[in-house]
Amino acid sequence: MDFLNALVALSNFVLIPAIAYGSQLALGALGVTLIYGILRFSNFAHGDTMAFGAMVTILFTWWFQSMGLSIHPLPTALLALPFGIVVTAMLLILTDRTVYRFYRRVKAKPIVFVMASMGVMFIMNGVVRFIIGPGDQRFADGERFIIKARDFKNATGLSEGLAFKTSQGITIVTAIIVVAVLFWFLNRTRTGKSMRAFSDNEDLALLSGINPERVVMITWIIVAALITIAGTLYGLDKTFKPFTYFQLLLPIFASAIVGGLGNPLGAIAGGFVIAFSEVTITYAWKKVAVYLLPESLEPTGLVQLMSTDYKFAVSFVILIVVLLFKPTGLFKGQSV
Amino acid sequence: MIVIEDVHKHFGGFRAVDGATLTIQDQSITGLIGPNGAGKTTLFNVIAGVLKPTSGRITMAGEDITGLPPHELFHKGLLRTFQIAHEFGSMTCRENLMMVPGGQSGERLWDTWFGRKRIADEERALKAKADEVLEFLTISHISNLRAGEISGGQKKLLELGRTMMVDAKIVFLDEVGAGVNRTLLYTIADAIKRLNEERGYTFVVIEHDMDFIEKICDPVICMAEGKVLAEGTLAEIKANEQVIEAYLGTGLKNKKEDA
Repeated sequence: MDFLNALVALSNFVLIPAIAYGSQLALGALGVTLIYGILRFSNFAHGDTMAFGAMVTILFTWWFQSMGLSIHPLPTALLALPFGIVVTAMLLILTDRTVYRFYRRVKAKPIVFVMASMGVMFIMNGVVRFIIGPGDQRFADGERFIIKARDFKNATGLSEGLAFKTSQGITIVTAIIVVAVLFWFLNRTRTGKSMRAFSDNEDLALLSGINPERVVMITWIIVAALITIAGTLYGLDKTFKPFTYFQLLLPIFASAIVGGLGNPLGAIAGGFVIAFSEVTITYAWKKVAVYLLPESLEPTGLVQLMSTDYKFAVSFVILIVVLLFKPTGLFKGQSV
Repeated sequence: MIVIEDVHKHFGGFRAVDGATLTIQDQSITGLIGPNGAGKTTLFNVIAGVLKPTSGRITMAGEDITGLPPHELFHKGLLRTFQIAHEFGSMTCRENLMMVPGGQSGERLWDTWFGRKRIADEERALKAKADEVLEFLTISHISNLRAGEISGGQKKLLELGRTMMVDAKIVFLDEVGAGVNRTLLYTIADAIKRLNEERGYTFVVIEHDMDFIEKICDPVICMAEGKVLAEGTLAEIKANEQVIEAYLGTGLKNKKEDA
């Protein structure tokens, strides 16, 4: 019984949140890695573009809610998601036309692109705060739980409850679908292959008659989809606040780099590595320990390795450790 | 016919191509020789649109193609290969070849989802074509290997195969023979000759191997210091004093005149 209770506590506070968070990071990191693979720069505007995508989705959600449109028990945000993706894709293509295309034409160094993307980041940052404000926004509706803690306790008779939030369930399911479609797209379709060809060897792709502008445009569209989905899921699961998306930039980049920049499979693995490290290191293990250890050994403290304030430091440490031993990431990524 | 008129390509103060003027006749196999650093590869890059010329004009069949990007030149039938073989390392040899005629309907996002029938037909035709090319080059056995894992010589053949995936009008080969053994070199030479005779391809070949040049090239152009030094049949070139001085060497005499 104690063991089962420990397992439930572990699932409730570590496994489920980490898997959900990992899925969100993986989707974000996939975007970073695609941009790095195709356009060959680290896009610093990623976090704020995520905020933009989520913001557009929220605006549509509010609109739908005001019209009484609903897909109960699922959150209305899912209905608004495609609209968010379309608007974000248009914004990204517009950004590419006005900013990045110029630097591609003059064959600028990657660092110039990175600096340009920082400029884009600040603008995006401002735009989002200008439109929706810097504060918390609520847009989640529909059923809040798939499994409620109390129902679980009643059904199983365990003293520990297991709560499985709808947002977590949706996050996990959506991430699986999105990743499956993305990999099918990259590996099986001609468009995906031309993207991979472009990432493998740009010169050769050009000399094979592949239109670079089209590859770039398709990349931005896919990135817009990934980023809007990731941003909306994160907002549903936690809360929407523009600044948290800017902060997400660090774990997202850590995920992409740990997995191997430019490698989509690595981005997913990296997302989960970072998420699990962050959650396990900042979790107070007392509850689980109390169930598992004999009474005499029960801890008096919280058994928390680090305060949650330090959770962003965890990504950094993981990043450094992995890069020390595998400089190209867990999966072989591209080197610059 | 490609006409190159007074093309310059300068990198800072360095004049890699310094006023090259030459004409490439249709259906010829032109050999381009010259010492290292003569500007042969740079000239290729300028013609193929990888580099923009500092000045000068390039026309193809009377049409100005100066400074067009590579993928547009490709669709006009102008192809090139690289001195160091390039490949899409993560794809199989067959997929490498099938990538070639860029701009298929499968590359449009819309068609990926809503034009599946058309794409399937195109892919089938491409696959048949790729298999035919692999057969022609006697490398059918590596069609399912990843291109990153095959040998250097096989990569060279794959490069040549890439040019055979479309009806190329003119192909620029940059040292196809470098790092390739004799037998394979002659396979490549035969393939070039057959493509020239059977399909009417025009070739421009950079090569250092004189046997190879002798076997397939006419005329031969010798470049040095960014300029065209001499042009003619191989015999004429071999007899040319300046060429001997700059490139072929006498083997005995060690003439030192002003360059």
